[in-house]
Amino acid sequence: MMDSKSSGNDLLSLTRRNFLKTLGTTAVGTAATQVESVAAELQKLNAETIVGPAPIPIVLQVNGQAISIEVEPRVTLLDALRNHVHLTGAKEVCDRGTCGACTVLLDGQPIYACMMLALEAQGHAITTVEGLAHEGQLNPVQQAFVECDAMMCGYCTPGFLLSITALLKRRPHPDADEVKHACAGNLCRCGTHPRIIQAALKASGVSVTSQTEVIRYADLA
Amino acid sequence: MPTWPKETKYIGRHVQRVDGPAKVTGSARYTSDVQPEGWLYGMILRSRWPAAKISDISLEKARQVPGIKAAILVREGERTIRYYGEELAAVAGTSKQACLDALRLIEVTASPLPFVVKETEALKDSSPPVWEKSPNLSKPKVVEKGDLAKAFGECAAVVEGFFTTPVLIHHPLETHGNTVSWTDEGITAWASTQGIFSVRDGLAGNLNVEQSKVRVISEFMGGGFGAKFGPGIEGALAARLSKAAKAPVKLMLTRFDQSLAVGNRPSSFQKIKLGASADGKLLAYELDAYGTAGIGSGGSTEGGGGGAEFPAPYIYTIPNIRVSHRGVTVNAGSARAFRAPGHPPASFGMESILDELAVKLNLDPVEIRLKNDPSPVRQREYQLGAERFGWKQKYHRPGSSPGPVKTGVGCAGASWGGGGGGTQAEAQINPDGSLEIRCGTQDLGTGTKTLIAVIAADLLQLKPDQIQVRIGDTRFPPSGGSGGSTTAASVSPAVFDACTQALEALQNQTGVADARGDNWKAACKKLGINPLIVGGKWQPGLSSSGTGGVQFAEVEVDADTGFVRVKKITCVQDCGMVVSRLTCESQVNGGIIMGLGYALYEQRVMDSTTGVVLNPNFETYKLPGLADVPQIDIILLDMPERGVIGIGEPVTIPTAAAIANAVANALGVRIGSLPITPDKVLAALGKTQAAHA
Repeated sequence: MMDSKSSGNDLLSLTRRNFLKTLGTTAVGTAATQVESVAAELQKLNAETIVGPAPIPIVLQVNGQAISIEVEPRVTLLDALRNHVHLTGAKEVCDRGTCGACTVLLDGQPIYACMMLALEAQGHAITTVEGLAHEGQLNPVQQAFVECDAMMCGYCTPGFLLSITALLKRRPHPDADEVKHACAGNLCRCGTHPRIIQAALKASGVSVTSQTEVIRYADLA
Repeated sequence: MPTWPKETKYIGRHVQRVDGPAKVTGSARYTSDVQPEGWLYGMILRSRWPAAKISDISLEKARQVPGIKAAILVREGERTIRYYGEELAAVAGTSKQACLDALRLIEVTASPLPFVVKETEALKDSSPPVWEKSPNLSKPKVVEKGDLAKAFGECAAVVEGFFTTPVLIHHPLETHGNTVSWTDEGITAWASTQGIFSVRDGLAGNLNVEQSKVRVISEFMGGGFGAKFGPGIEGALAARLSKAAKAPVKLMLTRFDQSLAVGNRPSSFQKIKLGASADGKLLAYELDAYGTAGIGSGGSTEGGGGGAEFPAPYIYTIPNIRVSHRGVTVNAGSARAFRAPGHPPASFGMESILDELAVKLNLDPVEIRLKNDPSPVRQREYQLGAERFGWKQKYHRPGSSPGPVKTGVGCAGASWGGGGGGTQAEAQINPDGSLEIRCGTQDLGTGTKTLIAVIAADLLQLKPDQIQVRIGDTRFPPSGGSGGSTTAASVSPAVFDACTQALEALQNQTGVADARGDNWKAACKKLGINPLIVGGKWQPGLSSSGTGGVQFAEVEVDADTGFVRVKKITCVQDCGMVVSRLTCESQVNGGIIMGLGYALYEQRVMDSTTGVVLNPNFETYKLPGLADVPQIDIILLDMPERGVIGIGEPVTIPTAAAIANAVANALGVRIGSLPITPDKVLAALGKTQAAHA
């Protein structure tokens, strides 16, 4: 086996247990009171099975369905959803938790799917944009997005929809500032911002109308 | 000459985006979402040197990573690298993780070379040349008119200023990329592109395949803003990887890649002198400007858009001028067309110095524009906008706003060419009454599909959702790239022609005198077994070019923190005949918000010591968020008599200039450097040392 590759494997197999073992010979030795708890922790960890780096079977609860896939432990929830579950609604835009295009709901809470490992999402209810409509009926937020034209290229749209859907569940009648706050983790490059706020308010039952004026040049004296 | 109908049911009215439901349910398939059978992940290894001689690249170890199916070099043999991020090699594998592992194992033997990444350093004779045979600073391109020295001597007021604008990154949310399948039958490429035909021709030319054997598809794409025309190096690499691996390869750039190598807006450094008569009539203008378009500064830049030049003295006609432009080459990725290339920096410099002159002459900024703007349309727009905005009540002498939070207002104008041509479309009428319109254009998010549906629906008296709009495939009749705000003006007349001719053919063939509306289904039924397919092409008289727009900005500046908050933007925009009102308004919002980013947040930061881009991500390259966006008030100046005109670009031009003028009005001192960040505000107020060169 090549040197560089084996060093790569060493990196991958650096586990929490090994890390704690290293601690055991240094920091822990100086803090006698903590030794007991660390030892207990170690014992617990020793009982766990170490997974990876080879693919492992996992089960994800996505949009009400249990889906069994095999992924390497380092695969993110976003990667798993898009490339293993084949739900491509959540988008990869930054892959580092800054843009919100990969937002999904985890037990109803919006999270960045690029910042969570797929295996950690097991046992939680995951909702993606594909799971918002029921029997072909758009949910109120989706409907308002279409009516208000709260999208242009549409690449950020799934993330905003999930952030706002979660907000409305928590706060059925938010004001504009609460919408802005709920969407503080979502970016849009086309500039749909005002209409996203409008759509969120509309979905909560507020009537919104366009203030745009169209003036015929020929009618101006 | 054909004309648009006078009475319309859908044209110019609120029609929902026809692909809205696909975009809100996640069923819209972008290039990044396409997953053909057996597809592989593709990734690129990029240079970590800003300049280097590459003597060897070994792919052997990378090829042995489990899951890796192909590894290729961008180019064989020794080569010189001229910027951080230049493409070296690429791999394809069964997972992203396998590709990441493989990239780490590619061994590159390189000798670093001296480099320069900042304009102010690159223009010195002592700087290392980016290209061996030519200096970094180009010879000036000079335009002269009249007698400048004499004219300045006769001016009642003369002002001078220095203005700078940064390099911007396009950052479409869908990165550049392609999913390519290259088999013996030919190449099929799903491309995130603004020009499916230019990608087709680029791939065919690069890879020596007949154009007839290359098919490019772009059904949905996640933004371009000028950076996505050709297939790019990444497109050719995806195709070569596909051929080598005998499988389709999806190669989407990472956000990091996006920041380095696929285009940017050139910077500008503008020394301006402007003079006028006592009543404010502009008499003399002098500009000495330079800027960088990266390694492409010497000549034309990749994907068009020219170098760092910009129109001057922008929208004004001044009898005595001297304009000098120079390009400065630096070790950084090449510029590409960026929404209204050249115009936003031009508007920022010119409209800023014009306000300085107005202050010196004790004239209202709107008044000095009315005196000098040669466009009658913009004259009306200034009047309409000023009234709607409440300019008279809000304008005050610069710096006279009391208290720690200063308020200010500013305005600026813009022009854009646009215009259409060179597009064909076809209508297929099926015996069951369903209708398909096919056109080889693409929808960047601007609403092209909706525009086509609206036109067809109005002409044939059908509903927009009765029409299947099919675009984004080079098997459809050709259309040009979506750049220069030409798509609406190119596509609309071709669709008009296809629909008009198809209706005529349907009526002739079936004997139905008027097959529109209620008669449509019955007429179609008479077609028998075969559908009717009729082609149409762009016709003169249905579109035009040349738009004017003005914007007003109201800001609050916190003199203690330096923070600028834009409260309101009022925009008055000429758009010819409004086709799809809802998507048209969205375009205006989008242009203004991008202009807001230019004014206050966005800039590419290079590091002189290492030659790298310091902010290749969204935590350090700041885009406007929901909370940053002001109230946007739009007046669309409808001119149906002029036909269709695109507005994607004109609306982004004057925003930054209007905001900068508003900040100067609030503070009483001008910040001549974009973006107007809090540190610059505090430095301008003398509260800190200037941190920026």
